[in-house]
Amino acid sequence: MTESTSWLDIISQPWSWYVSGAAITLVVFLNNWLGKRFGISGSYEVACSLLGAGKKISFFKRDLKGDIWIIAFVLGSILGGYIASQYLTSDQAVVISESTIAYLNELGIAYPDADTRGLGMVPDTIFNLSSPKGILLAVLGGLLVGFGSRYGRGCTSGHAINGLAHFQLPSLVTVIGFFIGGLLMVHFIFPWLNAL
Amino acid sequence: MKFRHLLFFIVGIFFGIVMFKSEVVSWFRIHEMFRFESIHMYGVIGTAVVLSAIMFILFEKFKFKNLDGNYPKYDPLPWNFKRHIIAGTIFGLGWGLLGACPGPMYVLLGSGYGIFLIVVPSAVAGAYLYGLVRDKLPH
Repeated sequence: MTESTSWLDIISQPWSWYVSGAAITLVVFLNNWLGKRFGISGSYEVACSLLGAGKKISFFKRDLKGDIWIIAFVLGSILGGYIASQYLTSDQAVVISESTIAYLNELGIAYPDADTRGLGMVPDTIFNLSSPKGILLAVLGGLLVGFGSRYGRGCTSGHAINGLAHFQLPSLVTVIGFFIGGLLMVHFIFPWLNAL
Repeated sequence: MKFRHLLFFIVGIFFGIVMFKSEVVSWFRIHEMFRFESIHMYGVIGTAVVLSAIMFILFEKFKFKNLDGNYPKYDPLPWNFKRHIIAGTIFGLGWGLLGACPGPMYVLLGSGYGIFLIVVPSAVAGAYLYGLVRDKLPH
């Protein structure tokens, strides 16, 4: 350890779950303060409208003036991801549990080597642009997330955080659905897809 | 572009950093969560929900006003069990597969994982698909 620890060193350490949860709450607060609800997946609808989907399907007809905020927010989050991955990484991969590591190993997914950048973020040995299978899985996953989030009118941010914090039953049901789908995928479908 | 949009851009940057540093963008963390092998993801989401709930109660108590001078009202979605359980399940299948939900998708795109150049447009296509067939779905 160097003599002086800068704030950059401090935030570059892995964050505990309670610091992370508090930081997300700060984002929820800032969104409310700026006059909008916390929610990300509405941006897909906005993207469809921007691309002219409103001409054919009335569902996508909207006044885009009210949606510039989410475009700005999304562009910011892309830049935030860049900044964090370039300047704020710690020198070790995400510390996941030993049992998950052992399980993934059985599937032939080595940890953390499956992420070629050693960050423990994305297994880009599976999901990369030169793998036809990886691309197919990416398309499938993207379609499911995009479709499901609009059908259910919200994703993890809108339902699991904002909705639950407002004690909303529709959000609770949606989150239960998230788990039905996620458990099916992780325990049954993904091992099969991975072995293909 | 108004000043307010610049503020949203800055909050977005902060959000991106938070998503990355909290490790919720990690495919491996999501796998671990759905295998119930760590408290991490439950801790992150649980803390955010509890603190946000307290915040909303305080908003009400102290008649909080946002920048526009309005109370940040929440318009509840109508109760529809079928719609939300089916939609949630479809979403969950994608979340489990990609290990990323909508926020993290954008963040990982910025982090330089090339596959998200495919994932993000696919998610937009998924939303389009919903708009296309929504009249035929249970609502």
